[in-house]
Amino acid sequence: MVQTAKEKEMNQFLAAFAEVESKRDAAPAWRKHLRANAIAQFERLGFPTTRNEEWKYTNVSPILKPEFRLPAARARAIANVDSFTYPESRHSQLVFVNGNYAPEFSDTSGIPAGVTVTNFREADQKLVSSYFATQAGYDNNAFAALNTAFADDGAIILIPRGKIIEAPIHLLFVTENNVISHPRVLLVAEEGAIATVIESYVSLGDEDVYFTNAVTEVITKQDANITHYRLQGESPKAFHIATTAVQQESKSIYASYAIAIGGVIARHDLNVKLEGEHIESTIDGLYVATGKQHIDNHTTMDHAYPHCNSFQLYKGILDDKARAVFNGKVFVREGAVLTDAKQLNKNLLLSSDAHVDTKPQLEIYADDVKCSHGATVGQLEEDELFYLRSRGLKPETARSLLTYGFAEDIISKIKVESVRKQLDEVVLNKLHQEIG
Amino acid sequence: MSATIEALANREYKYGFVTDIESDVAPRGLNEDIVRLISHKKNEPEWLLEWRLKAFRHWLTMEEPEWANVKYPKIDYQDIVYYSAPKPKEKKASLDEVDPELLDTFNKLGIPLNEQKMLANVAVDAIFDSVSVATTFRAKLAEAGVIFCSFSEAVHEYPELVKKYLGSVVPYTDNYFAALNSAVFSDGSFCFIPKGVKSPMELSSYFRINNPDSGQFERTLIVAEDDSYVSYLEGCTAPKFDKNQLHAAVVELVTLDNAEIKYSTVQNWYAGDEEGKGGIYNFVTKRGACRGKNSKISWTQVETGSAITWKYPSCILQGDNSIGEFYSVALTNHHQQADTGTKMIHIGKNTKSRIISKGISAGVSNNSYRGLVKVLPKAEGARNYSQCDSLLIGAKCSASTFPYLEIGNNTAKIEHEASTSKISEDQIFYFNQRGISTEDAVSMIINGFCKEVFRELPMEFAVEATKLLGLKLEGSVG
Repeated sequence: MVQTAKEKEMNQFLAAFAEVESKRDAAPAWRKHLRANAIAQFERLGFPTTRNEEWKYTNVSPILKPEFRLPAARARAIANVDSFTYPESRHSQLVFVNGNYAPEFSDTSGIPAGVTVTNFREADQKLVSSYFATQAGYDNNAFAALNTAFADDGAIILIPRGKIIEAPIHLLFVTENNVISHPRVLLVAEEGAIATVIESYVSLGDEDVYFTNAVTEVITKQDANITHYRLQGESPKAFHIATTAVQQESKSIYASYAIAIGGVIARHDLNVKLEGEHIESTIDGLYVATGKQHIDNHTTMDHAYPHCNSFQLYKGILDDKARAVFNGKVFVREGAVLTDAKQLNKNLLLSSDAHVDTKPQLEIYADDVKCSHGATVGQLEEDELFYLRSRGLKPETARSLLTYGFAEDIISKIKVESVRKQLDEVVLNKLHQEIG
Repeated sequence: MSATIEALANREYKYGFVTDIESDVAPRGLNEDIVRLISHKKNEPEWLLEWRLKAFRHWLTMEEPEWANVKYPKIDYQDIVYYSAPKPKEKKASLDEVDPELLDTFNKLGIPLNEQKMLANVAVDAIFDSVSVATTFRAKLAEAGVIFCSFSEAVHEYPELVKKYLGSVVPYTDNYFAALNSAVFSDGSFCFIPKGVKSPMELSSYFRINNPDSGQFERTLIVAEDDSYVSYLEGCTAPKFDKNQLHAAVVELVTLDNAEIKYSTVQNWYAGDEEGKGGIYNFVTKRGACRGKNSKISWTQVETGSAITWKYPSCILQGDNSIGEFYSVALTNHHQQADTGTKMIHIGKNTKSRIISKGISAGVSNNSYRGLVKVLPKAEGARNYSQCDSLLIGAKCSASTFPYLEIGNNTAKIEHEASTSKISEDQIFYFNQRGISTEDAVSMIINGFCKEVFRELPMEFAVEATKLLGLKLEGSVG
């Protein structure tokens, strides 16, 4: 019976695709071809079940129950999105509502000439086609396949060779109630380019139920340097599934800070491929889950060449009946000698009903490497609480301070001030903590 | 052959096992009649036969698992002989008749001459008669009240105990290989330590009196009643040659209040040749249940043999304040594959577990640690510390770590750490400049690497295990 229910859900998606596809204009032909491929893959894969090792701890069936509508037009007039924007990127922001570009909220006046920061529809199609779907494979990822089949619009950022963009570029994705959206981001940093990108996901109301199924592709060419903040602040009742696929070429630097706060079921796969020598890659994350939230983070760090360094620190705070999953894989392929790979996952459980499943993995096929990983799960240290109390702090304040400190490890690394301040506030509010 | 004849030929033998009863070897293949035959040959009571049959029927519904990080050709379960009566081996007159390569190995391991004779099946002199030694031991154990005998003996002499504990830790439904073992197990050890008794000596399967060749489907059951203690040694450091491909053993341990079982294994089965031909598939289910308060189960393993090792000695920590420990050294060389680790299931309050795993891969081998630490919502105050280190020797081998941590209680304190490294040129240089050869240096470094595990082994074993590692890695360094 379960099988047939799953099939029914799948058929709904297939039917929806047929309908959407019939209304789409034929051009560009390459996208049409990709879409057809992707939907065929999706049909072959079906939605993952918990029997699939990659989805062992995350059951997606609640996502498939509600009937979401595909966004044809906006349901309500949105007055402004000011509360979701950052002053640093006032003139370098793109806003998407339900995955579609919203020019009235976007402002790219601060972007220097020659730099591409736009949406797919207005972009040079040659540019889009040469990078689109080159990193985020969908042979083995049903949700990425679905995104590739349904995504119409998306953001494209291309920083040309040697360009340095001072202002952070902000990509804001707003999804409305009852909608299923398929946001898509393409970020390419050519040789020696330097930029900071903020990718944020928000909702208009805390009661909104919708499904964001996002895919982001990042390419850092030789000597490029990209800092990538990913702020998932969906409504607490929303579903969020996303894949970020990164390819780094030699001597490039990539730093990702993935913050997951929202969603009732939220999952982020971050896959980084190190395709050259002397690469530096940092992927840090913070997840804060309360209520009945389920937040899942999967990461892959794939070392294929010598002399690369990767660092990974994911921290999680769980309260109430929240659940979190962390699955981090580090591959060191044959020949990737002199690799230095570190991975650490730390979890703080604030309530007796919280649950965490963590699975840090190392797969090493080269001998001259330095690799380590670790995972911890626990509550606040009694000694630390005692220390603070001995200095006259109230127990609640001491707890708040330590919890805050735990999250601050990641938040303090964020270099955009308004983002950092906002996160400080959001995290503390969410955990009902106050630092007096 | 026409279809009808083929169908007739393949049809299960309808009239029971009558025709085969006189022979000492069962025909190849597995069906209910074979299970009945094994049970009949061993003169087992009805309930045990029923249990075997239930296990067999369940096995038929199961699929062979494929999730382990190991590769091997499919096993044809119908091409295995599931029962052959132990044949008395012809004793050799002196050590001169023994394969010199084997003797060389014995010498390197530092095994005493008399023991060498025993292992090589040479008739030993009156002073060190294996039977008399074992008998002395048995008398001493009986005096203390410890039951230590073969599984078949236990089935006849202590049926109530066997019935009570058999399959209570590893039910026949547990996994594919446990189900297979439950259906066709040949023999094994049974050990019972009554209330308040500390076993006066370390028990070793090596000294068990009957039937040292307990075969490929071995079954061990150890029960330690309240306030008792036993240390059990399985296997020995000497190489064990055996043509059997598949070894699917089951080991069950039970500790009641304040009891402790220390279970040590040195596994040195035939690992196949340098090209990876032959060798044993060692697919074992080992599990202990700490049923009582303050009870403790400690697994120590040194895995150096077998073409494929696939086992996870586990602890179910049911009793409050119970403790589970796992100390492992797994060494793989040439084409060997190992996917081993442990499971620590925290159920009782204030339960503690400790995992120390050291993997060494050389040649083109593949060595994985896979472990689970699970804390159930009611397991207040659980504590776990895991450390999994890998050492790679050579650029063609691999080491993987797959820990699973499933934590459902916030008072738990769980720590997992893993690292991978190689023996550095600097370390070797340091030894060399002090006049120590590279080979000795590597051996010393490896011993340092494994020290935390070796010190858990009984003394003589630790000494032999140290030498064993050196022997196994001979020629793979430098």
